[in-house]
Amino acid sequence: MGLEEKLPSGVLLTSVEKVAGYARKGSLWPATFGLACCAIEMMATGGPRYDIARFGMEVFRASPRQADLMIVAGRVSQKMAPVLRQIYDQMPNPKWVLAMGVCASSGGMFNNYAVVQGVDHVVPVDMYLPGCPPRPEMLIDAILKIHDQIQDMKLGANATTEMVASERLALTSPSTAEMKGLLR
Amino acid sequence: MTESGTPVVPEGVSELDVVGVRRGSFQVSGSGDTSGFGGLVSPIVMPAPTERPYGGWFDELADEIELALADRNLPVSSVIDKVVVDRDEITFFVLAEYIVDFARMLRDEPGLRFEMCLGVNGVHYPEDKGRELHAVYPFLSITHNRRLRVEVTAADANPHIPSIVGIYPSNDWHERETWDFFGIVFDDHPSLTRIEMPDDWAGHPQRKDYPLGGIPVEYKGATIPAPDNRRAYN
Amino acid sequence: MSDVTYSSAADPGEDVYADSYETVDGTIYNLAGGDWDSIAAAPEGEKERIVVNMGPQHPSTHGVLRLVLELDGETVVDARCGIGYLHTGIEKNMEYRTWVQGVTFVTRMDYLTPFFNEAAYVLAVEKLLGITQDIPERANVIRVLMMELNRISSHLVALATGGMELGALTAMTFGFRERELLLDLFEMVTGLRMNSAFFRPGGVAQDLPTDGEKAIRDTLPLLRKRMKDTADLLIDNAIWMGRTVDVGYLDLQGCMALGMTGPVLRSAGLPHDLRKSQPYCGYETYEFDVPTQTSCDAYGRFLIRIAEMHESLKIVEQCLDRLTPGPVMVEDKKIAWPAQLSIGSDGQGNSTEHIKHIMSESMESLIHHFKLVTEGFTVPAGQAYVAVESPRGELGAHVVSSGGTRPYRVHFRDPSFNNLQATAAMSEGSMVADVIAAVASIDPVMGGVDR
Repeated sequence: MGLEEKLPSGVLLTSVEKVAGYARKGSLWPATFGLACCAIEMMATGGPRYDIARFGMEVFRASPRQADLMIVAGRVSQKMAPVLRQIYDQMPNPKWVLAMGVCASSGGMFNNYAVVQGVDHVVPVDMYLPGCPPRPEMLIDAILKIHDQIQDMKLGANATTEMVASERLALTSPSTAEMKGLLR
Repeated sequence: MTESGTPVVPEGVSELDVVGVRRGSFQVSGSGDTSGFGGLVSPIVMPAPTERPYGGWFDELADEIELALADRNLPVSSVIDKVVVDRDEITFFVLAEYIVDFARMLRDEPGLRFEMCLGVNGVHYPEDKGRELHAVYPFLSITHNRRLRVEVTAADANPHIPSIVGIYPSNDWHERETWDFFGIVFDDHPSLTRIEMPDDWAGHPQRKDYPLGGIPVEYKGATIPAPDNRRAYN
Repeated sequence: MSDVTYSSAADPGEDVYADSYETVDGTIYNLAGGDWDSIAAAPEGEKERIVVNMGPQHPSTHGVLRLVLELDGETVVDARCGIGYLHTGIEKNMEYRTWVQGVTFVTRMDYLTPFFNEAAYVLAVEKLLGITQDIPERANVIRVLMMELNRISSHLVALATGGMELGALTAMTFGFRERELLLDLFEMVTGLRMNSAFFRPGGVAQDLPTDGEKAIRDTLPLLRKRMKDTADLLIDNAIWMGRTVDVGYLDLQGCMALGMTGPVLRSAGLPHDLRKSQPYCGYETYEFDVPTQTSCDAYGRFLIRIAEMHESLKIVEQCLDRLTPGPVMVEDKKIAWPAQLSIGSDGQGNSTEHIKHIMSESMESLIHHFKLVTEGFTVPAGQAYVAVESPRGELGAHVVSSGGTRPYRVHFRDPSFNNLQATAAMSEGSMVADVIAAVASIDPVMGGVDR
């Protein structure tokens, strides 16, 4: 927008963040990236019973240029991974990625040569939704959690401070492979 | 097993079709198991070739095929390697150089009329030396309502089988898929390229010597190896 | 960053916006934008061909299908399909799992018709085991019931997505609304809306719940009425007919050459249905018709799908009348899967009677349970090919066993894989919009195509 880059952090910026967050989450347009079984559950979520039009999300934009949220629904094969990255790159900022289903989150039951073991190898993911396939209610729950993330998203000077803090945290915290003894 | 390692042939069976050997009960070696079952060696035996009479409508079918082959001056004993009748299905093992003529005969001969070829499947038997790659063609006759299977073998060293796309155009993608997954080269195929894997993939994934390719599964510090490297109790 | 310089000065004589290079097929011009006047004129006699790539990410291509179309104006001169974008290596993965675990893999191939995938695989395994005659009657009736309900839900998705792709968005909402009724039934019987590993070698995993039959019976009239609404929306609709009549034309000769099965073959006039010609699971005892059309076009296939849904409803009613109490798993305890699940106090778990039986009453049951779950049953060596009539055509499972507890090789002859080869025959010579209608009338599911 431009305005928020110039505001100093304070009450005015916080108010702008709230309004911008509310507007953004109110009409978050998903990009069609339905691949496999999860795509059918995603279509069912857009159907009359689990209507996501009540969240302003019924327009599944075919063109990524007009989309905000990429719901990766289904297993991503090795052949599809470059296409996924290209679609992600074509989306303008701000954008969010929801990995729907276990195949998108971690490769799912297909631990083999053909499936990318989690789309976070290819694109940065904001929300992981397990399930095989996740019920439409679960998908709506994940979408609403993303709405909360969007509502609380910081802009401008606040965003820079937040990014610096999270980077510092990420550099110092141990990786998952080093965390031993958690199953006791 | 005798001391020399050859499998013992049961009574009444003329010839065993040994296609491989299973070594060990745990699918991986070096797993630290001391029960001894890791050293178990047993042969993998497929159903043996059947002698005439086959029973049921199979005899009629085999007679038709032999007559049709004779009409086309194709020597039956060289075209058909063996016939296996097992579990209500009949399989003709045909030599690779005759598969095109055999397929044309199956399609055109009025008594056979197998209008549909339901694709090609590849099976890899790495220990069936000289015949490692099998290409299996199921056929369906709508007119006579019967099914048939044709199996063609090829060696790893020379994995060439003539393509039957000229006779059954529906086999186009099926043969491409079998090339993609097994490396069987179908000669005279119009465009034998990869179809399921990316175009620049190296290797033929569904061969037995190609690893499953999974990654070890990590959960809160514990690691389990990929499915083909795990100890399994079968 | 200061030691990097960007210069827009190109070599003199080289056009940065339009370079050309020679190939075997002639000169190819790479147009990157810029001034049209600076692009060299095409030499004499060269055709102007435009190659358009649709997909793999595209709302109208039924999943991740890539269509490469060569256009001359609006007419399609050449159409090629690129597939493999959903290849999951299911067949190879099954070689590292037991026979029963294979059902969970197989169910996710053609994800709109999970019960048919399971049926083909399980029938092939039972053929290898030799227990086809020992499957209990009730299990077979439940199998037919679930398969026919699945046929209805698959055709509803075909209509819904076909309608959406051609612009009839209400067809989409109607189709998915009806489908929810069926998914509720699936959830009630199997526990999951989709991808339930319900058919097991030997029978089905669980019996119907106590009020299951009544719930299914109550849904049928509602379904029938709603299906009539969808049909009324599209049949004899001038716009729908304008988009689908004489589109995707493939006559009987073309169908036989390309090995087509399913509604595409039946729209060419041949009433070939495996449920009638080579029945399985007791289909020979049910009364139903095989709808056929002679128009060989997308509209004919659409009419066939609607008629097939009504026939499936007839079969479902016959199944419900035929349900008699009995076992749902084969008697041989060395094969029968010991899943006696019921809802426990924590919302999930085993049936307490079964646990009591295996822990206190029968050592044999405990051993069977243990061996079946860890090792699995062995299947004698050999190969079998069994085909079922899925909503898209002949779905065949070729299963090879080496005598162990894991499949040696499993291959599925998926109908969508075969039927997609007809895209070129159906679309060349027609317009770009007709390609969408033709592909929608084939109704491919990319999970089955790529496996």
